[in-house]
Amino acid sequence: MGHSMRWAAIAVAAMLAGCGDKSQQAGDDTLRIIIGQASPLTGPQAHLGKDNENGVRLALDEINAAGLTLGGKKAVLVLQSEDDGADPKTATTVAQKLVDEGVAGVIGHLNSGATIPASKIYYDNGIPQISPSATAVAYTAAGYNTAFRVMTNDAQQGSVLGKYAVTHLGAKKIAIVDDRTAYGQGLADEVEKAVKAAGGEVVAREYTSDRATDFMAILTSIKAKAPDVVFFGGMDPQAAPMIKQMKQLGITAKFLGGDGAQTPKFIELAGADAEGALASNPGLPLDAMPGGAAFKAKFEAKYGKIQNYSPYAYDAMYVLVEAMKRAGSSDPAKYLTELPKTDYQGVTGHIRFDAKGDLAGGAVTLYQVKNGQWQTLETVQSGK
Amino acid sequence: MPEAATRPRWLVFGLLALGLALLPFLVDAGLGRSWVRLLDLALLYVMLALGLNIVVGYAGLLDLGYVAFYALGAYVYAWLASPHFGLHLPFWAILPLGAALAALFGVLLGAPTLRLRGDYLAIVTLGFGEIIRIFMNNLNAPVNITNGPQGINLIDPVRLAGMSLSQPHTLLGYTFTGAHLTYYLFLLFTLLVMFISMRLEDSRIGRAWVAIREDEIAAAATGINTRNLKLLAFAMGATFGGLAGGLFASFQGFISPESFNLMESIMILCMIVLGGMGHIPGVIFGAVLLTLLPEALRYTGDWQRNLFGQVYVDPADLRMLLFGLALVAVMLYRPAGLIPSARRRQEFADARE
Amino acid sequence: MDIFLQQLVNGLVLGSVYALVALGYTMVYGILELINFAHGEVTMMGAMVALAVIGALALAAPGVPGVLMLAAGLAVAIPVCVALGLLIERVAYRPLRHAPRLAPLITAIGVSIILQNVAMLIWGKQYIPFPAILPQGRHTFYGASITDVQIAILVLTVAIMLALILVVQKTRLGRAMRATAQSRQVASLMGVDVNRVIAATFAIGSALAAVAGIMVSAYYGLAHYYMGFLLGLKAFSAAVLGGIGNLGGAMLGGLLLGLIESFGAGYIGDLTGGFLGSHYQDVFAFFVLIAVLVFRPQGLLGARGVERA
Repeated sequence: MGHSMRWAAIAVAAMLAGCGDKSQQAGDDTLRIIIGQASPLTGPQAHLGKDNENGVRLALDEINAAGLTLGGKKAVLVLQSEDDGADPKTATTVAQKLVDEGVAGVIGHLNSGATIPASKIYYDNGIPQISPSATAVAYTAAGYNTAFRVMTNDAQQGSVLGKYAVTHLGAKKIAIVDDRTAYGQGLADEVEKAVKAAGGEVVAREYTSDRATDFMAILTSIKAKAPDVVFFGGMDPQAAPMIKQMKQLGITAKFLGGDGAQTPKFIELAGADAEGALASNPGLPLDAMPGGAAFKAKFEAKYGKIQNYSPYAYDAMYVLVEAMKRAGSSDPAKYLTELPKTDYQGVTGHIRFDAKGDLAGGAVTLYQVKNGQWQTLETVQSGK
Repeated sequence: MPEAATRPRWLVFGLLALGLALLPFLVDAGLGRSWVRLLDLALLYVMLALGLNIVVGYAGLLDLGYVAFYALGAYVYAWLASPHFGLHLPFWAILPLGAALAALFGVLLGAPTLRLRGDYLAIVTLGFGEIIRIFMNNLNAPVNITNGPQGINLIDPVRLAGMSLSQPHTLLGYTFTGAHLTYYLFLLFTLLVMFISMRLEDSRIGRAWVAIREDEIAAAATGINTRNLKLLAFAMGATFGGLAGGLFASFQGFISPESFNLMESIMILCMIVLGGMGHIPGVIFGAVLLTLLPEALRYTGDWQRNLFGQVYVDPADLRMLLFGLALVAVMLYRPAGLIPSARRRQEFADARE
Repeated sequence: MDIFLQQLVNGLVLGSVYALVALGYTMVYGILELINFAHGEVTMMGAMVALAVIGALALAAPGVPGVLMLAAGLAVAIPVCVALGLLIERVAYRPLRHAPRLAPLITAIGVSIILQNVAMLIWGKQYIPFPAILPQGRHTFYGASITDVQIAILVLTVAIMLALILVVQKTRLGRAMRATAQSRQVASLMGVDVNRVIAATFAIGSALAAVAGIMVSAYYGLAHYYMGFLLGLKAFSAAVLGGIGNLGGAMLGGLLLGLIESFGAGYIGDLTGGFLGSHYQDVFAFFVLIAVLVFRPQGLLGARGVERA
């Protein structure tokens, strides 16, 4: 009895105290701004999740080292990184946790499947969110004014890829495989549309999963249809064994992938069989950017090889802080209105947002593996 | 225990009710708002665990595909209350529909598997769960029914008395989040599921299930219609799964097939086995524990920093490892579950001899 | 015809891998009636340990022939997996031998989560490539192709299977295993050291898992701390399909599952007029499994009436 009384007293006291603004709690008068980062830090995509986290951390450390002043007050950024396990349900819990911690903004999540449900929570609480790597069209299609991304979306990338296969690679017959994830299927559908629009023929549409390593059966059916190009919508752990098995089966068609396959890991895993593979990645190639080589040097000195999306996470962090600077505040309600006005020259390219929060006119660059390295072929502007 | 018997029951119930009513506020004040959301999830899992408990705990049918019913309930809700088909029916109309459809599938699963026992049943139910998930993942073409891996977004939140359960509301100067209101709705349904479970346990049906679990042949010999009762167990379990699925869809606002994978079924099974199979308090405890434990383990990073001055192992990495260790440790030291029923404890003691 | 032949090869190779892992499940189940859920993770550990050894060797002594490196990898991975299997049995299963049936199932799930995360802490979250040390020969016959690695997998699986049947049918240990499977009590009354037999079963199963793990990573060219889960699940399904507890059943179930998956993915689209595609490959596999079990609840080669109290 006395026990529950005490609990009730604690509850009442806590309720009266209310919720103070946690972002202003620093001891001295330095403003502590908490930045949320969410990505899978466990599970099969943990390496990509860690890469995003490191990208954010690098930008955040730089900003702090350079000194940040908002509205005449000194400010310091604090990173709060959470593991969403690439799982939609965990993502919402993590999102609520970040909101609770009083984050001023969030960089994340990595996967579209996790980003979409989390975006609702950020929207309900008015917290700006920039995803460095979610590419599903549905993310910004919900119409939330808090949702942004610095990555070319699936529709933009897919249309470039499909058109490229037909017009540049001269493919008449194209086989399309996807891994039945929101990312892979979304991209593959856009490629299919663009191939047909450009006058190509989709001779096979096959499917696998994001856990599979054996593609012999579907590749054998594809072989029977004799395509000129095999497009795969999915990630490198599947793309690498897939291209190896294509070689084993004697398939001579060119391999074409999206950004999930355009990784150093792909070459490492596929070895000599990677030679000649083509894949796209949104934005400009790192070494073609004024700050790209510098980013690579900085990043790799601290965290090892760049996996994939860390430059985007890095840029997203800067875009967020630039908006805060323009607003002179880290209050989400105040700087949120500045985010759509973003015009930032980042590592990954020129970042502006369209009305939905998508990257405006995102560029897509095509690469090919030559001598065990990804070599840049050309950069194509989407929507052109 | 005579003491407990003499204590006025209304007082116990009153205190319990008060505690449950105040819980979200205590949690919000003490631990933070994200924990209110976790509390909601915990209630959802209590419903799921109680549902699976009927199939596994009472009737002794090892079901590894339980998540399929959860998925069905969630998709029914999403189909009837989202822009996907442009339908926006109220939740009180959809939830029974989802539960009913899940029950129908429960019978569909149960009927062909009546002859199967133990681990064979486990693998068939596992297959059933995967089949449902694969269909959900792929039925976006030729006709777009489930929107495939993209999932269904912008699902309507539950509306009660004009209040949406996804937005904050202010009452008497205190701001409620949607999570607070959701808690009360979920609590209501959880109590309903609990009540039905309790009544079933003490009924002829419940005793017949136990008889089937203990010895199916002997049960049939005493005149129990094992076929109908097994189907009833599947249907009842599925109903609760479907109900929880509908609530989950409205709570999340977005569903996609990846939420309904095999690991989810295994987790629910772990909840009831850890807590104490066939015993309602045990099952509830297991569900709450397993929902909250992985979250609590997120804080190991802070502990490490406090203890050693730096973080040696990433808390995200350590979380699942500790979870695995906890599963093994509990089973080694309390194999009948943390809060086993008297009957189970007895069975276990018998087996030891 | 060449496509059919190719799918046959694909299915047999995939099925051999399933069969080898399925043997581990079925041996343990035959004796303990326990689904050793952690078996898939032991396979993963075998692959990871072997890869670590091979990777180090490839760096230190690049001139050594690939087959020797592979042998060195096996020589380390097998004892590690055997030790791991014995440890799991001793710590997670033996104390629960008289507990309710589901208790060891939960510890098995716990052990697999532990092994996955330990592997992740040791080897990281990355996929690890298998160095290109093996001959990459490819042979073509009647339009279908088969690689040296695939031939090696087929031959090795058959050899291991025959050896295992010999052990179980002809040796003292094998007799003790069969006796223990029939009745633990009676076997122990007859002077069989049941604990040793069970430990030996785990040891053999784990050694097979190590071999299977290396095969899988050599064949697909990569290894990952998460690779054991799906492989274990498929192999377990194969064991049940064939009749769990039966060695020949595991082999048959594995091969059948491999063939069903290959032909399912290859032909389901044409069979259903494009309505169902290769994304229903697993549906097809599970459907066959369910159909078999509904009509033959003990699996294809399982003994009838194995219901034990």
